[in-house]
Amino acid sequence: MIKFELKDLEVFYGDFQALKGIDMKIPANEITAFIGPSGCGKTTFLKCLNRMNDLVEGCRVYGQVTLDGEDIYNDYDVNLLRKRVGMVFQKPLPFKMSIYDNIAFGPRTHGIRSKSALDEIVEQSLTQATLWDEVKDRLNMDALSFSGGQQQRICIARALAVRPEVLLMDEPTSALDPISTGKIEEVVMELKKKYSIVIVTHNMQQAVRISDKTAFFLLGEVIEFGDTEKLFSVPKDKRTEEYITGRFG
Amino acid sequence: MKSKSIKEKVMHIVFLAAAMVCIMAVVLICVFLLANGVPAMGKIGVFNFLLGKTWRPGQDIYGILPMILGSIYVTAGAIIIGVPIGIMTAVFMARYCPKKIYAPLKGAIDLLAGIPSVVYGFFGLVIIVPFVRDTFGGSGNSILTACVLLGFMILPTIIGVCESSLRAVPEEYYQNALALGATHERSIFKVVLPTAKSGVLTGVVLGIGRAIGETMAVIMIAGNQARMPKGLLKGVRTLTANIVMEMGYAADLHREALIATGVVLFVFILLINLCLAAIKKGVEQ
Amino acid sequence: MKNPINQSTFKRRMREYQKRPASFVMFILVMLCACVTVLSFVFLVGYLLYKGIPNISWDLFALNYNSENVSLLPSLINTVTITFLALSVSGPTGIFAAIYLVEYAKKGNKLVKLMDLTSETLSGIPSIVYGLFGMLFFVVALDWGFSVLAGACTLAIMVLPLIMRTTQEALRSVPAEFREGAFGLGADKVRVIFKIVLPPAVPGILSGVILAVGRIVGETASLIYTAGTVAEIPESLFSSGRTLAVHMYALFNEGLYIEKAYATGVVLLVIVCAMNLLSNYVAKKLTR
Ligand SMILES: Nc1ncnc2c1ncn2[C@@H]1O[C@H](COP(=O)(O)OP(=O)(O)OP(=O)(O)O)[C@@H](O)[C@H]1O
Ligand SMILES: [Mg+2]
Repeated sequence: MIKFELKDLEVFYGDFQALKGIDMKIPANEITAFIGPSGCGKTTFLKCLNRMNDLVEGCRVYGQVTLDGEDIYNDYDVNLLRKRVGMVFQKPLPFKMSIYDNIAFGPRTHGIRSKSALDEIVEQSLTQATLWDEVKDRLNMDALSFSGGQQQRICIARALAVRPEVLLMDEPTSALDPISTGKIEEVVMELKKKYSIVIVTHNMQQAVRISDKTAFFLLGEVIEFGDTEKLFSVPKDKRTEEYITGRFG
Repeated sequence: MKSKSIKEKVMHIVFLAAAMVCIMAVVLICVFLLANGVPAMGKIGVFNFLLGKTWRPGQDIYGILPMILGSIYVTAGAIIIGVPIGIMTAVFMARYCPKKIYAPLKGAIDLLAGIPSVVYGFFGLVIIVPFVRDTFGGSGNSILTACVLLGFMILPTIIGVCESSLRAVPEEYYQNALALGATHERSIFKVVLPTAKSGVLTGVVLGIGRAIGETMAVIMIAGNQARMPKGLLKGVRTLTANIVMEMGYAADLHREALIATGVVLFVFILLINLCLAAIKKGVEQ
Repeated sequence: MKNPINQSTFKRRMREYQKRPASFVMFILVMLCACVTVLSFVFLVGYLLYKGIPNISWDLFALNYNSENVSLLPSLINTVTITFLALSVSGPTGIFAAIYLVEYAKKGNKLVKLMDLTSETLSGIPSIVYGLFGMLFFVVALDWGFSVLAGACTLAIMVLPLIMRTTQEALRSVPAEFREGAFGLGADKVRVIFKIVLPPAVPGILSGVILAVGRIVGETASLIYTAGTVAEIPESLFSSGRTLAVHMYALFNEGLYIEKAYATGVVLLVIVCAMNLLSNYVAKKLTR
C-alpha cells in the first residue's frame, strides 16, 4: 500500500533549489529511512509532507504530493493534515507544562475534552512510547525536568496522542546517548505495526537496523531508493556505494 | 612606568567614585524622605495616617486612605484596560505583523513611550474628559477617565517588554505546536505565550509601577477631590496628585504629611521592585 | 513559470478558521487590539498636530514672556539649559559607574549586586518622589532655592540609572577578544578602556543619553518644586525657570491659553520625536 505519492517535487528557498524534481512512493506501515550528507535536502523533503515549509518565508514548492490519493496542497486543511502526519524533531522540546498536559495538548487541540478520554489517551501514548512505567507517578511534573532521552520519548508520545497515520522523524536520536537511542529504536520498531514512519538519520547502522526501505539523497536529488537490505548490500549507484562505505567526499 | 601606574590608580578611583555616587544617591533619597516624612507619621499616628479617611489640612487631619485607595483603583483600572490590549498588541507585533509595517509601528510605539505625561494629560483633558462627561454623565473628571488614560499610557511599556519576551521564545516551541495540528492562534496562546509568562508578568508589573507613579496626567483629568472614592464617575485623588496639589503652599506638619505621602509611594514602588526580583528569581530556577 | 503549490490564500485561511471558531476569535481580538493601539496613537498625534500647528506663530518665540505673547522661547531655553546641566552631571557619572561595574568589579562582587539593586530602585521611583527629594535636598538643605540648578541636579539623578544601564549593556556587547588582544600587546587597563572598549560602545551609550534627553524634556512633576515655574529666562543658575513641559502644565493650570498649550504640545512632540529617531539611528550604527 502506498501512503504518500510525490510527483516531480521541487523546492526553492529564494533562488536556491533545495529539491530537484523528486518522484517517490512512500509505503504504508513500513519504516522508510532517508540518508545522505548534510544539506542535501532531507529535512526539506520531510517538511513537504506535513507542509511545515509553508512557514518558511520565500519557500516555493512545485509538483504534487498526495496522501492516500488526496492532494495535500490543493485545498487541504493544513491542521488536519498535521494531525494525520505527525512530526518528531531532532531536538526534543517538551512544552513548559506537565507531562500530562504535554501529551494532552494534541487531543485537546482536536476537540477532546473529557477527562476520562484524555486519561486513556495519555496512558496509551506513553505506553506506546515505552515511558508509562517510568513516569506514571509523575504525570504532573514539569516535562522539562526529565532526561534528554525521556524528553524525546515524551515528544514521541505527544505526537502519537493525536492518533496520526504517519510519523515523520527528523534525526530523532542524534542528540541522545546510545542507551536512549536504543530505547527510541525499539519504540519505532514497535510503532511500525500501526503507523507509516519516515525517519531521517545520519547513522547508517540505524537505517540498517530499523528500516524497510531506504532513500539516498544527494544535492537535492534521490539517487537511489529501494529495500534497505539491497541498497546497503548491492547498491546500484556508485555514489551510494561511496557514501555507505564512508568513502564520500 | 611609575606615572602609568599612578594614572591607573587615579582612574580606578574615579570610576569607583562614580559608582559610589549612584549608591549615595539612593541613600540620600532614602534618608531625606524618611527623616522628613517618618516623624510626621509619628505625630499624626501611623494608624491615623494610613487608615484615616479624612484629609483636612486646615484642621490638622491627615488621613491618606482616600489617596491610597485612589492610587490603587486608578492603577487597577489602568491594568484592566492596558494589559489585555498591550499583550494582544505585543502578540501582533511579534507574530502577525507584516515586515513592511513593522518598522513604522515599532517607531510609533517607541514614540508613544516618549511622549511627555503633560501631553497625555492634555489629550485626556480635551478628548477623554468630554467624552466621558457626554456619554456617562458627571463632570468627566473621574476614575474612569484616569483609568482609560493611564491604560493607554502604560501600553508602550507592556508592549515593549512582552514583545521582546515573546521573541525570546525559541521558534521550535511554535513549530512543535503547529506540527501537532494546532492553529497559529492556539500555538501562540497555549504554548508560546505561557512559555514567555515571566516576561509578560514583568511587563505588567512595570506597567503597574508606571501607573502608580504617574502624576501630571492624572492631576489634569482625575478631579483630585481628597475624599474617599465613591464611584467610577466620581473624581479621585491619587498619592502623587496629593503631593503636587498641595506642596506649593503647605507648611509645618501639613508639609511633612505630604512628604510622608511620598514615603508611602516610595514603599509601594519598593514592593513592586520586590515583585520583579521574585519574578526574575522564578525564571532562574 | 507555473505557480508554486504552497501559497496559502486568504480564502483558504478563512475556510480553515471556519472549523475553529476559537482560533478565529483570538485572531480577531489580536487584530482589534493592534488597531486600537495604532488608532489611538494616530488620533493622539493627529489631533495634537491638527489643533496645534495653526496656533504656532512667531509670537510664541519672542524673547520675553508676557501675557500677550505667552512666548515659549524662554521655556525652550530653560529646557536646553537644564538638559545640558543634567547631562553634564549624570553623563560622566553614569558612564564611569558603568565602566567600573563592567571592567573593574569582579563577578558576584557585593558591590555589583548593590549597584544592580540601586539602579533598579532608582529607575522605578516615580518622578514626583525625585521632585520631593530635590526639594528637600537641593532647594532647602543646600539652600539653592527654586533654581535651574536644583532642577537640573534632580533630573540628573533621575536619568542616572537609564544612562548607567545602557552604558553597561553597550560595554558588555563589546567582544572580550578586543580586550584580551589589547592586553596581550601589553597595553594598560585605562588605555584599553578608552582606546579599545569605549569606541565601539559609543553608539549604544549615545542612544541611552539621547533617551535621557527625551526623559528630561518631557519631565514635569519633579521640576515644579525644584526649578519652579517662572516663565522667564533665568539670570543665573540660581534663579527659577520653567521648562517647556512645565510651561505647558502652567498654561493648562491658568486655563487661559488653551490654544497656546496645543502649540507647546506640538513643539514638545517634535522634540521628543526627534530624540527618538536620533536615538534609533545612532543605535543602528552600533549593529553595523
Ligand atoms: N529556511 C531556509 N532558507 C534558505 N535555505 C535553506 C533553508 N532551509 C534549508 N535551506 C537549504 O536547503 C538545503 C537543504 O537543507 P535541509 O535542511 O533540507 O538539509 P538536510 O539534508 O536536512 O541537512 P542535515 O542533514 O544537515 O539536517 C541546504 O543547502 C540548506 O542550506
Ligand atoms: Mg536536517
